[in-house]
Amino acid sequence: MAVLELETPVQAETRPAPRAQRRRLGGKAWQRWISPLALVVAWQVASSTGLLPTRLLAAPSTIAATAVELIQTGTLPTAIAVSLQRVLIGFAAGALSGVGLALISGLSRKGENAVDPIMQMLRALPFFGLIPLFILWFGIGETPKVLLVALAVSFPLYLNTFAGIRGVDGKLAEVARTLGLGRAQLIRHIVLPGALPQTLVGLRQSLGVAWLALIVAEQVNANAGLGYMINDAREFLRTDVIVVGLLVYSALGLLTDALVRLLERRALTWRREFLAR
Amino acid sequence: MATRVPGPLTLQETPAPERQVVASVQGLTRRFGERTVLDRLDLEVARGEFIALLGRSGSGKSTLLRALAGLDGEAEGGLSVTGSVAVAFQEPRLVPWKRVHANITLGLAVPNPKENADAALAEVGLSERAGAWPLTLSGGEAQRASLARALVREPDLLLLDEPFSALDALTRITIHQLVLQLWSAHRPSVLLVTHDVDEALLLADRVLVLDAGRIAHESVISAERPRHRDHPDLTSLRTTLLSALGVSPEGTS
Repeated sequence: MAVLELETPVQAETRPAPRAQRRRLGGKAWQRWISPLALVVAWQVASSTGLLPTRLLAAPSTIAATAVELIQTGTLPTAIAVSLQRVLIGFAAGALSGVGLALISGLSRKGENAVDPIMQMLRALPFFGLIPLFILWFGIGETPKVLLVALAVSFPLYLNTFAGIRGVDGKLAEVARTLGLGRAQLIRHIVLPGALPQTLVGLRQSLGVAWLALIVAEQVNANAGLGYMINDAREFLRTDVIVVGLLVYSALGLLTDALVRLLERRALTWRREFLAR
Repeated sequence: MATRVPGPLTLQETPAPERQVVASVQGLTRRFGERTVLDRLDLEVARGEFIALLGRSGSGKSTLLRALAGLDGEAEGGLSVTGSVAVAFQEPRLVPWKRVHANITLGLAVPNPKENADAALAEVGLSERAGAWPLTLSGGEAQRASLARALVREPDLLLLDEPFSALDALTRITIHQLVLQLWSAHRPSVLLVTHDVDEALLLADRVLVLDAGRIAHESVISAERPRHRDHPDLTSLRTTLLSALGVSPEGTS
């Protein structure tokens, strides 16, 4: 619950200024904090009175204390570092292959015929269902986890970049021809920048599934990282540690999402100025 | 360069005998499926002349322009253009992710593209908007930028595909004046596709009416520029052109 509510302030800060202003002036942002705060208070009361047993869910105060403790002992920073590394490597590999394949199939009919059918078939596979195979193929080390993230990341980026390339305004391509641009220049000045907005949509989607894939992969077999921390806590009925782990997952997800939005604002200024008018 | 042989449909012979031909079209035919949009069309564009091409929608005027611009690979027949061609389209078609000056210099292969762009923008009166994003321009500004982008290439043939039709009446008057100014300064051959008879009368040396894929009517206008709408020559020509377009002139029915 508290996790979901975290989204509001982050959005308000990173959205284009006029919209955020409108929301603040018109909607009175603090009113949106009443219900989540009430929920946390009710939760705390329920825990303190024994209505909500700790083995089901720890009290908010306990969770906060545990979080501080986990940070001080270094458990949490280490776990975050391990998980972050898995996501980053997996994301880099997946993004590279997803965008690379989209370029191949987006920029030529032959490429499309070669790549797209395979991608469409693979897309239909439930990739979490691949975990048993991955374990057989790659063991239980880092490789299957990173690969699962890479696989999850590559599809949204492939599909969106491909759609972005194909969606570029044909009229602009005509202009490029009348201006004497060659094929390489056409791709550089018209096709790639034109596909960028859609690619960034894919980037946000793929970062979302990257964290999801990591959580799933870390549940299965891990001896380090956030998933390991959570699984280990389950053995000892430490619901406080589990909740801290979940909060960290969502905070990291929101952080990467904010980074992409920052990137969007930088890369798509030509659109933002238009929208802000 | 070949001197002009009058085609069968030419109504008036143009006076200049020693003409340099910039573009020549012979027997150009273009079909879209069953429909024949251009039907063995002949046209010669002399160096420096300003032609207006009138026609109802679907008469093939834009198809002819696209063929001349090299955007139509499927037209049959003879087509040759001497020198460079530039196009300004109905919608300005500026590249939205490039600032105005970068739009002007796009694909411009000269030693100092930036200087040329600045000069072109100054000429169309858009210097202070050089750094703007295209989506922030008004319709008239965008069309000026589009003209600057075409002119900076110093084309031998400038193709204008109804570039003023989306502008409001007042903006259109200023842009007409601007186009005439630019034309007299640079002297490209101009082929202006339009459905506006008055526009053709105010701007062109020669007005062609396209109908059923062929040139159905041709008039030469020798009146001095700037022309006034109520010039007696233009008034009678207006009636002629309107009836060539199949429209009964105002006031009669």
